[in-house]
Amino acid sequence: MRAASKAIIEVKDLYKTFGKDIEALRGVNLSVERGKVVVIVGPSGSGKSTLLRCINHLEVETSGEVWVDGKQLNEKNKDINEIRAEIGMVFQLFNLFPHLTALGNIVLAQRVVRGRSKAEAEEIGMQQLKRVGIAEKAHSFPAQLSGGQQQRVAIARALAMNPKIMLFDEPTSALDPEMIKEVLDVMLDLAKEGMTMVVVTHEMGFARAAADEVIFMDEGLIVEHGPPQQIFNNPKQDRTKLFLSQILQH
Amino acid sequence: MKILDRLNRIPWWLFAIIFALLAAFYFVLTTQSFRASFDFIIRGISITVQTTVYAYGIALVIGLVMGLGRVSRNPVFSNIARFYVEVVRGIPMLVLIFYISFVAVVDVAGLLGIEGRDIPMNLRAIIALAVAYGAFMAEIFRAGIQSIDRGQMEAARSLGMSYSNAMRYVILPQAIRNVLPALGNDFVAMLKDSSLVSVLAVRDITQVARLHAGSTFRFREAYTVLAVLYLSMTLVLSALVQWLERRLHAGRK
Ligand SMILES: Nc1ncnc2c1ncn2[C@@H]1O[C@H](COP(=O)(O)OP(=O)(O)O)[C@@H](O)[C@H]1O
Ligand SMILES: [Mg+2]
Repeated sequence: MRAASKAIIEVKDLYKTFGKDIEALRGVNLSVERGKVVVIVGPSGSGKSTLLRCINHLEVETSGEVWVDGKQLNEKNKDINEIRAEIGMVFQLFNLFPHLTALGNIVLAQRVVRGRSKAEAEEIGMQQLKRVGIAEKAHSFPAQLSGGQQQRVAIARALAMNPKIMLFDEPTSALDPEMIKEVLDVMLDLAKEGMTMVVVTHEMGFARAAADEVIFMDEGLIVEHGPPQQIFNNPKQDRTKLFLSQILQH
Repeated sequence: MKILDRLNRIPWWLFAIIFALLAAFYFVLTTQSFRASFDFIIRGISITVQTTVYAYGIALVIGLVMGLGRVSRNPVFSNIARFYVEVVRGIPMLVLIFYISFVAVVDVAGLLGIEGRDIPMNLRAIIALAVAYGAFMAEIFRAGIQSIDRGQMEAARSLGMSYSNAMRYVILPQAIRNVLPALGNDFVAMLKDSSLVSVLAVRDITQVARLHAGSTFRFREAYTVLAVLYLSMTLVLSALVQWLERRLHAGRK
């Protein structure tokens, strides 16, 4: 039976239509096992963000099923907040709370959602800030931090909830080149520690180093998937080849 | 050129008004007939201030609740909010004050089993102003909430926060900060509009000035004093709002 599989994320025949005729996802099946790192690549508009956002129900699917850790997500699900708390999400534009310090950003949901005491939440917050290498910025506001630092705070904020899964939506594509590495290094560490990760990124170095599986999406479908060497060195589909030749030129 | 630049940047109009006000105050307080009018009219100041402050406080609450309604996905809540805002904003303030004081308040009191006549006009005036301004404030809060990037709500929800917690801890603190100047301006506007409650025979400075002018025929004295009183209050408050706005701006950098 499906429920007995090791998959912590299970997406079945997922369709997502915006408005009347924008078909962002057109029947996606995906299964991610605990502890695995999946990298999603594909041209802009191919539905990568939509897929990621369906996994924590920021977007509600038009049809199909999303299962996370044995629970199905649907609109009537009253536990949606509990499920989301188990899924960390890192956004392209960081989405830090500008009225709170770095530490304040990390403390808020721990207190409101996890019900931790202020002292406990701050202690965990400081641990996470150390983990991403910016403990000294704990009391800075987001506007006082560089993009790379902001993204690391955002990762620390998600990690402080002790999520079982981390979703990354192009976490480095808004960063200046010199800051990309500091964020990727944090992500690589996370992958080594065994975190289940779904990462939308065009950083091929990261994909080669960390991914167990690479998925190529185009026009709302998974066109091809497999281990990174296979996808990058021996793509079978023409669309994959074309896409890879385009991004590798850069 | 530099000197000219600097001269241009000085708010001459402000100095002119301050000077005119000081002169007016000096003149009023040292001229026998004006002084008499002033002493009479100033007795209404506490009603004017009270009416404004209480009505403003209630309007803030109404505005916040209705503003949240305007952005709510709950169709009942959002339709009620929209209905309220559209109705209130489509009726002139003066008509609204009459209608609320003499019809709505009496009807609601009747429903609650209270004799309408027992409700003092001062209270009716406060309710009327609050209901009227609540609609404007609802739109201010709505705009403030909608000015916050969608990513803020998404980040909060992705951490497992409920909609209401995300609103309370993430969206509203930012939204309210953004709309403080607009809310401040509404306080100034309300102070001026509080003069309308004189039509209810509430003894604010406008009503007292009318009574004084009518009985002494000193129209020039009464209305000069009245205008000077309003102008001095609104100018001070406007300056405060602008100062606040500049501080918020500086704090954002
Ligand atoms: N909220 C939305 N409303 C309407 N269309 C959307 C929305 N979000 C995404 N889309 C559309 O869905 C398609 C897939 O978008 P997206 O998942 O963001 O692609 P990607 O992340 O791969 O660039 C695009 O055509 C995009 O314009
Ligand atoms: Mg995207």
